Parts: sequence; structure tokens; C-alpha cells
Amino acid sequence: MTPLKERLVQLEVLRYNPDTDTEAHFQRYEVVCQEEWVVLDALNKVKADIDPTLNYRWSCHMAVCGSCGMMINGEPKLSCHAFLRDYEGVIRVEPLAHFPVERDLVTAPDDFMEKLKRVKPYMIPKEKKPISEGEYKQTPAQLMKFRQYSMCINCMLCYAACPQYGLTPSFIGPAALTLAHRYNQDSRDGGRAERQEVVATHEGVWECTFVGACSEVCPAQVDPASALQQMKITSSLDWIVEHLIPGGKP
Amino acid sequence: MSRRPLVRECPPTTWYFRQPRYMRYMSREITSIFVGAYCVLLVVGLQRLADGPMAWEGFLLALQSPASIVFQILALVAAVYHAATWFNATQKAMPIQIGEGFVPGKLISGAHYAAWAVLSLIVLILAGVF
Repeated sequence: MTPLKERLVQLEVLRYNPDTDTEAHFQRYEVVCQEEWVVLDALNKVKADIDPTLNYRWSCHMAVCGSCGMMINGEPKLSCHAFLRDYEGVIRVEPLAHFPVERDLVTAPDDFMEKLKRVKPYMIPKEKKPISEGEYKQTPAQLMKFRQYSMCINCMLCYAACPQYGLTPSFIGPAALTLAHRYNQDSRDGGRAERQEVVATHEGVWECTFVGACSEVCPAQVDPASALQQMKITSSLDWIVEHLIPGGKP
Repeated sequence: MSRRPLVRECPPTTWYFRQPRYMRYMSREITSIFVGAYCVLLVVGLQRLADGPMAWEGFLLALQSPASIVFQILALVAAVYHAATWFNATQKAMPIQIGEGFVPGKLISGAHYAAWAVLSLIVLILAGVF
């Protein structure tokens, strides 16, 4: 068997210790890695062999859990999905942009979690029925209407990519709004009117200026930009029905 | 251990230099200035038309000045870029589902380009170009 190729990788990692630092600084590490590794492997090697004080989040190592999002050379990426072979020279690793830094590469997701709750990202059944009446049925075509948007892994890369969220932190943001759209599009759901209280506001879809960065960085190919533009259209139609059609109710 | 998260502000005036995709976005936004300015030019033209034949002739003459021609070329390029990026984006805003599948995005954007071409042709015919 051919031995795996090794490579000396230079990482420049943003460090911040809330107990001792007033601001963040970069620390350089040189670590021997295998060519097939991802940035997360390199960080694990640093933590295991060089500096056990380095902090970062990760869990599944297979782009499913959404825990290891970081800025890698300025681009929001899952570090388990950022292959070393795609980078030359020094690799700069920073915590996700637009989120407060808790420590080193660990960010505080509190704002996202709070916004996620506000859009009610769960099924609000159109008609409640007892379990004895059986399941809520759905055709494959009805499933396809929202399936793409249900693939979100809550990694927050879209928030780190969205300049609008960086500039206006009150913006509900791409992932939460996309999940609202996911449930709005579900044939079994009847909660759209409740979600519109948050979705069709300045902090909701109308804060989005369609930069489209969210969809470009999404590791699950969810396309939040698409969801938000669709919600702008439906929200506009609601407004037309409500204000221009006598007796109209959205 | 106290919790003291570090907030790193998004630079309010220079953020778009951070990423090529932000630059692309801003370049599209900037095209609006040219499109808006051309609309103002059209309104001025209408005003001159209402002012009488002399004023209208003067306006037409001013349109032929080198500076005016440069502006019109820039406005045309900006309008075409703005329209093309808009048409390319339509497939995201209005996906069409047929059964379990979706109409290919290129077809949706392509239909917009086709409508654009047909309407432009009608306008040119009405303007007596042909």
C-alpha cells in the first residue's frame, strides 16, 4: 500500500481568552498533516501535540452536525469539510464572523437560537386530530416542495456570510427564515399566519437585500436566498390582498 | 469563570472589500445609479419637449455631445448588467414545480431573456427603427 503523503501545514489561528485578553490575536502553528486531511484534523493535531489550550467546537467530522463552522481564509466553512489540499501557504482560521467570540474559535450562538425560536420552526398542524385517526399523509410531490429547505444543519455559515446580518444584527437571518419557509411550504402545516408576524417585517425578509452569499456558502445546498425571495413575493401578495382588495384577508 | 464574549464589528463602510462576492453585489447595486440617472435624463427630455420645438432641438443637440454619449454608453452597460443579473436571479425567486420535479432554472431565466428580446423588438418597431 502506498504510504499517505505528508505535508507541513502552517495555521494562523485567532486566539481569545476572556479571562486574560482584552482583544484577539493570531497564533501561528506548524503541524505535519496528511495530504488527505481536513482543517479540523490539523486543529485536532495541534490540540493533541502542540497546544492543548486551543478551543473549538466539533462533533461528527462528516458535515452533518454543523458544529465546526469557522472562517477559513475569510470564507465561512465547516472545518471538517475544508480539505487541506485546497489550500496553499498559511491557512488563516478564525471564529465564525458576525457572532461574539466566546473563546478562541468558539462563538456564542445565542442570537441565532433565539431567532430560530421566534419563527416557530416546527409543525403547527392545519387540523389537529387524535393519534387514533392515523398519520398526516403527504404525497411525494408535496414533500418535494419543501424537502430542500429541510436539509439545514443549523451550522450558521449563512449568518457568517451575510453582510446584512453583520451590519444589522436584528435581522432574523437566512437559516431561521428558511426554516420558517420550510414549514410554510409543508402541506400538513397551518402556522404560516403566526410565522408571518416575524417573517414579513423589517427584521424579517425585508432586511434581506439578496446578496446571495448565504446560498453560496451553504454546505447542505439549502439555498436560503431562494427561500427568502419566495417569501418576499408571498408577503407582497398578502399585502396586496389585504390593502387593495376590499374585504381581502391574506 | 466569567462569560465575556468578544464582539467583532462588521466594518460599516468597507465590508464589501472582504469578499469578491460582496464586490459583485455592490457593483450590481451601483448600476442602479446609472439607471436612475438615465431616468432623470428622460424626465428632463419630456420637460424640454413640453417647452416647445426649440427647447427639444437643444436637448437633442446636447445628447450628441461627447460627454453625453459616454454617459449613455455607461448607462446602457449598467442597465444590461442590472437586467441580466436580475433575470439570472429569477430562477431563485420563482421556482416552478411540476409533479415531483422542478422546471430547470435556466429555462425560467431564459424565458425572461426571451421576453426581454421580444419587448425590445416591439419598442424598436414602434420607434420606427426598422
